[in-house]
Amino acid sequence: MIELLSYDFLRRALIAAVLVGIAAPAVGTFIVQRRLALLGDGIGHIALTGVGLGLLTRTSPTILALVVSALGAVAIELLRVRTRTGGDVALALLFYGGLAGGVLFANLSGGSANLGSYLFGSISSVGTGDLYIIAGLAVAVIVILALFGRELFVLCQDEEVARASGLPVRFLSLLIAVTAALTVVVAMRAVGLLLVSALMVVPVAAAQQLTRGFRATIGLAVVVGVVASVGGLWVSVDADFAPGPTIVLLAMAVFLVAVGTGRLVRMRRTDVK
Amino acid sequence: MTVPFRMTGGEVRLDRRPVLRGVDLTVEPGEVLAVMGPNGSGKSTLIRSLLGLIPLSAGRVELYGVPPARFRDWKRVGYVPQRLSVGGGVPATVREVVSSGRIARQSRFRPFSAADRRAVDRALDAVGMADRARDSAQELSGGQQQRVLIARALAGEPDVFVMDEPTAGVDAASQETLARTLREQVAQGRTVVLVAHELGPMEPLITRSVVLEDGRIAHEGAPPRPRGECARPGHDHVHPHAPAEEPHLLS
Repeated sequence: MIELLSYDFLRRALIAAVLVGIAAPAVGTFIVQRRLALLGDGIGHIALTGVGLGLLTRTSPTILALVVSALGAVAIELLRVRTRTGGDVALALLFYGGLAGGVLFANLSGGSANLGSYLFGSISSVGTGDLYIIAGLAVAVIVILALFGRELFVLCQDEEVARASGLPVRFLSLLIAVTAALTVVVAMRAVGLLLVSALMVVPVAAAQQLTRGFRATIGLAVVVGVVASVGGLWVSVDADFAPGPTIVLLAMAVFLVAVGTGRLVRMRRTDVK
Repeated sequence: MTVPFRMTGGEVRLDRRPVLRGVDLTVEPGEVLAVMGPNGSGKSTLIRSLLGLIPLSAGRVELYGVPPARFRDWKRVGYVPQRLSVGGGVPATVREVVSSGRIARQSRFRPFSAADRRAVDRALDAVGMADRARDSAQELSGGQQQRVLIARALAGEPDVFVMDEPTAGVDAASQETLARTLREQVAQGRTVVLVAHELGPMEPLITRSVVLEDGRIAHEGAPPRPRGECARPGHDHVHPHAPAEEPHLLS
């Protein structure tokens, strides 16, 4: 591993992997608590239109993905609130539109071969410019969670209690959706838009098998996220696997181990009682 | 002097179906008001619309003289929902849940203070859950979860408590704890509005009750004796030791 770090592209990939491993599970804990585990998937589909537009206009696919996915996140949140029933159909339309738009624009640009690297990730091709964007976004995500974490905890646990506590529920709902969109863009280069949500959900699912508290879940989920993304990167370089799927499968493996360990721990606890 | 709650001609429709029809209700400071009535009579809708959680389709509601949308002094209100939301399976410790009750008294950029911590400790002690503070709230029994929810409201040190069925599915010991806690709060001049099927050990605390039937106030005055209430046709009798899972369509 150490000698691999003499390669610039691998150094950049490693930094990106650490940032993704921290940001995605941290946001994911709130999103899973809010029962919106698939939100990341939806935003990921919409972000593809941004990527397509970026390829078509020969500007930065990352920045356009950021703009489009933030707008998409706001749209999803508004649809969720406005429509009590049938909201899922409206969401589905948004997702398919995003995916189809992305593929169409990429084809028009003649760069549809590039699309694969955004759909399935290509962490070793992260350039310096992209790395700055990823780092900036990851810091933004962490600052938002640090400042608003207490309020988001109440919101994500029980929206009525949040409202009866005088919290700005609409603003906080938009904030968590947009923060998820930022995270999607952070994770896009590492695992790809189709697998982004996995890094937001799977480490959380693994952590909650072993923890009793919310803070502990975030902490452990971040550890799982970093282990999976850095470990996945290492394995993929070593064995010449595709990094995105390797990272996600590694996280899944940790999840399975956590389920087994969690069962054992709980059985012990009930035995003691 | 402004009263905690005043509703005049309150009407609520859910999916076009009227759930509250012209409710007039004033809650005076220091009162302990029980909202009773059969399942589906609109009890929960009533107390949630008092807080502005459900919008009125007609009529008017005021919290301390201000409509809920413009009300800012939420630290005066402690809302206890029907049950602890499990939150997508992400665990939260008892202390984390109770600490979140301080949110209306906190500002965004200030860390959790010693005063916050003391209020949380007092609330945990009051409901006898201090020894479970580090446990996952989701793994507790229904009665213990209810104690945690009440501790969360207590931690915020509100002037008025609004409780949605605090006794449903709660074991006898937890009901006693609940009654004792409320007695202390009432002695300090706090106001309580609670929805209940059965008053149990809380009965001596209740100063007034309203009975809802089909979205209207059908009876108002001293709490009805259990005998008469249970004999009422359509009354859904819930035993405190029965499991909490019962169909709560609109209750």
